[in-house]
Amino acid sequence: MKLPGAERAARVGLTDAEYARIVELVGREPGDLELDLFGVMWSEHCSYKTSRPLLRLFPTTGAAVLQGPGENAGIVDIGDGLAVVMKVESHNHPSAVEPYQGAATGSGGIIRDIFTMGARPVAMLDSLRFGDLGEARQRSLFRGVVKGIGDYDNCMGIPTVAGEVGFDDSYTGNCLVNAMCVGIIRHGDIKRGAATGVGNPVILVGATTGRDGMGGASFASVDLTAASQERKSAVQVGDPFLEKLLLEACLELFRTDAVVGIQDLGAAGLTSASCETAARGGMGIDLDVALVPRREDGMVPAEVMISESQERMLVIARQGREEDVQRIFDKWGLNAAVIGRVTDDGMLTIRNGDVVVGQVPAKALAEQAPLRHPEAVRPAWQGDLLDLDVTRLQQQDDWTGTLTALLGTPTIASKEWVYRQYDSVVRTNTVIGPGSDAAVLRVDGTDHGIALTIDGPGRMCLLDPATGAAMAVAEAARNLVCSGAKPLALTDCLNFGNPEKPEVFWQFSQAVVGMSDACRKLGIPVIGGNVSFYNETGASAIVPTPVVGMVGVVEDLAHICRQGFGEPGSVVVLLGANTDELGGSEYIRLATGRTAGRVPLLDLEREKEVQELCLAGIRRGLVRSAHDVSDGGLSVTLAESCISGQTGADCSLPAGIRPDALLFGEAPSRIVVSVGAGDLQALVDVAGEMGVPLAVLGTTGGTLLNINVSGKSLVHAPVVDLAAAWSGSLPRLMSV
Amino acid sequence: MRFAVAVFPGSNCDVDAYRALHDVLGRDVEYLWHRETDLSGFDGVILPGGFSYGDYLRPGAIARFAPLMEAVVRFAGRGGMVLGICNGFQLLTEAGLLPGALLRNRDLIFLCDTVPVRVENVDTVFTRCCQAGQVLRLPIAHGDGNYAVDAATLAVMEQRGQVILRYCAPDGTVDEQHNPNGSVANIAGIINGQGNVAGMMPHPERAAAELLGGTDGVFILQSMVQELERRQHEASRC
Repeated sequence: MKLPGAERAARVGLTDAEYARIVELVGREPGDLELDLFGVMWSEHCSYKTSRPLLRLFPTTGAAVLQGPGENAGIVDIGDGLAVVMKVESHNHPSAVEPYQGAATGSGGIIRDIFTMGARPVAMLDSLRFGDLGEARQRSLFRGVVKGIGDYDNCMGIPTVAGEVGFDDSYTGNCLVNAMCVGIIRHGDIKRGAATGVGNPVILVGATTGRDGMGGASFASVDLTAASQERKSAVQVGDPFLEKLLLEACLELFRTDAVVGIQDLGAAGLTSASCETAARGGMGIDLDVALVPRREDGMVPAEVMISESQERMLVIARQGREEDVQRIFDKWGLNAAVIGRVTDDGMLTIRNGDVVVGQVPAKALAEQAPLRHPEAVRPAWQGDLLDLDVTRLQQQDDWTGTLTALLGTPTIASKEWVYRQYDSVVRTNTVIGPGSDAAVLRVDGTDHGIALTIDGPGRMCLLDPATGAAMAVAEAARNLVCSGAKPLALTDCLNFGNPEKPEVFWQFSQAVVGMSDACRKLGIPVIGGNVSFYNETGASAIVPTPVVGMVGVVEDLAHICRQGFGEPGSVVVLLGANTDELGGSEYIRLATGRTAGRVPLLDLEREKEVQELCLAGIRRGLVRSAHDVSDGGLSVTLAESCISGQTGADCSLPAGIRPDALLFGEAPSRIVVSVGAGDLQALVDVAGEMGVPLAVLGTTGGTLLNINVSGKSLVHAPVVDLAAAWSGSLPRLMSV
Repeated sequence: MRFAVAVFPGSNCDVDAYRALHDVLGRDVEYLWHRETDLSGFDGVILPGGFSYGDYLRPGAIARFAPLMEAVVRFAGRGGMVLGICNGFQLLTEAGLLPGALLRNRDLIFLCDTVPVRVENVDTVFTRCCQAGQVLRLPIAHGDGNYAVDAATLAVMEQRGQVILRYCAPDGTVDEQHNPNGSVANIAGIINGQGNVAGMMPHPERAAAELLGGTDGVFILQSMVQELERRQHEASRC
């Protein structure tokens, strides 16, 4: 027998038990509008009801952490009284349905999360995943997403400085669009999203409210189906010009002392902004939807409350300062409407003119969604994935051809086709832009810089979610170190399938455990992030894709590194040691068509040592270039360093390992550096002191990349040919 | 010597121009809001890059009606130096202070890169610090940089030396292969007939620090500074 209210609950995507809990918290049967509010706020997207218990495993504190998870973005101290504000967030479902607007509003939302904390956004990064570019639909998604990001970020005047793009068939029906924004702020200027002070005005600023983005939060909390294409009304429409005005107006407002609290309107719109600020402040908010500036006629109160119209913020101002707020938003040609007041009853009270149309405890909406503890079961097919007999792989003689083919696979190939569409230098802080291991920005008024990267090795996560997720952390940190930065903190975006499926929840649990372990061992706290579930179409989920955005500090901008080899005659050195592991590599996929095998061992102690050695080498001015070994293995790393440095290299690899593993294995904890001949001994000495293995591979110069093993040349190719394969791949694939 | 950097709603390279002129060249610079109508006390005006009014309608099409632009037109009419960069160049053509128009890039996509441009005329107040035929490496970042002008006007411009920068190969060769956006005759920058108003798609203000990849933009900005110093010197002699 169905419980009373079961049908009503199902209408807003909630369970019977959740409905019963609402009745308990409200003290009566909720009205229709009230139930709508619970529907969006208790959706997975807003409430994190499934992921939250596990996310507690993350280390979230540290001497430098000024704001951990729970606010609009995390904040970490970078010295000189300055701090970095950052967060990464997914906009996968909207982008799968409407790539241009989905990606654009993904940028818009994450940018608001940063300036709502009081910070000036200074950089954008993106992590994208698509299916096979051989399919017209995938090219169209890729093209639309990149244009959406570019048009939004470029117009905002925020440089897009780094990112990554990967391709796998599992993303065919559900592309991933994760956007990360980074801001810089003085410690004293940090704003928080809490409503305090009884009687303080609640002011809705920015754009008008319409019917776009209706129920976007709920849309993000179910699998994508064919019918999803009909739900374009759930996708918001962005206007970067309005957001630019909103950004400048808010930063100008922050220079006054009129603001008590502020929060952007993202998922669940006015509903989340009002109940979350009230709950954080331990207060209530009493607002009138009739006072909300509209762009459409005939909107009912529930529509006003859950609309996700973009480019809006909720400001809690000091009583009596309403006119100061009004004046600044007038200057920028934006709305500023007092729609309510802060109360001390803890209730979110919604009026429509004189009539109270809803009243529920703010805390119940914002924070009291019952947690879910789904079953986690290792998939039955997990063992099949690990089954790979490398001894049966044919050992071919055309290693140069294999390397060239790998350089042209879309996941490894140069992403210049993408980042040429992004303004990466606006605001003139970009010291190292896209196309290296990490971006480096100067920090105004200091000698320091910050380094930024975003990484997510999906293939490894499919085979072993715990190790794969740990590798995401390790690789992000290694990328920062390669630029000359010390890793400081991370923000994560965890992209998974439907968590109600035990196999998916197993992947998720494993990944969180693996990431937590890596964070603790490498000493890098998680200061915020986002979980994106239900990345599924039909019966198939995406491969588990935890994505890590990380910031590091460059102590002295005189000592930074790029991936391209330094001047000819430099000595090529491998930090770390090669192994015979091939599992999960791009090479295996190329050779067998499968993502298969056991993932390489990740020894986090070794990882840390290799990173410390590399950083020490850069900071002492010994290292001229640094590039980590990742997708495609050591030979791809050497080739990329040659291509980027526009020089050849003659290398001999230590023997004793099967050639394919040596050239293409993706064992972590390895970095290829180049040093001046006169500095080699100093680097060797440092490595000796630190007990880190190191191998001299060869020297740079000439126009060829030569890789010898035991006196036999395995790879022998003009760098221009390798460059043509690497640089030409995406333009070629996208010009079809 | 004081520079004004115009700020329209949607300008976003105003900061870049300010920092190059103020932090690198050590000049007095002030931001000027689009509602201002008075340019007295300023010796040079920079119309910066960005997306004024969101590029609604066409880049620069709305900004040209800003109150500040009336003042800029008067300022230019009196011989004042005006440099429009990127969106500022688009605005100058919309305002009729420079001939031609900027269309969507040939490949219809936004393009961010650092490209070689050849200095075509060093006998101008915007290029006098350059060598004849010098190749500068300057950043570009635009979606609408495809310069177009009718053949008759182009012929006059070429004859008068109004084309000051052309996209080229690293060795200075001007050819279609090194034309990033489809501009007619590889045009990257021009001046007006009087020689006091210049527009260019490349960003000299973004190439003013070795740390950020180069200082070739300083040749352009320093040329302006030298001219304004010369004018000040002349004014003080009178």
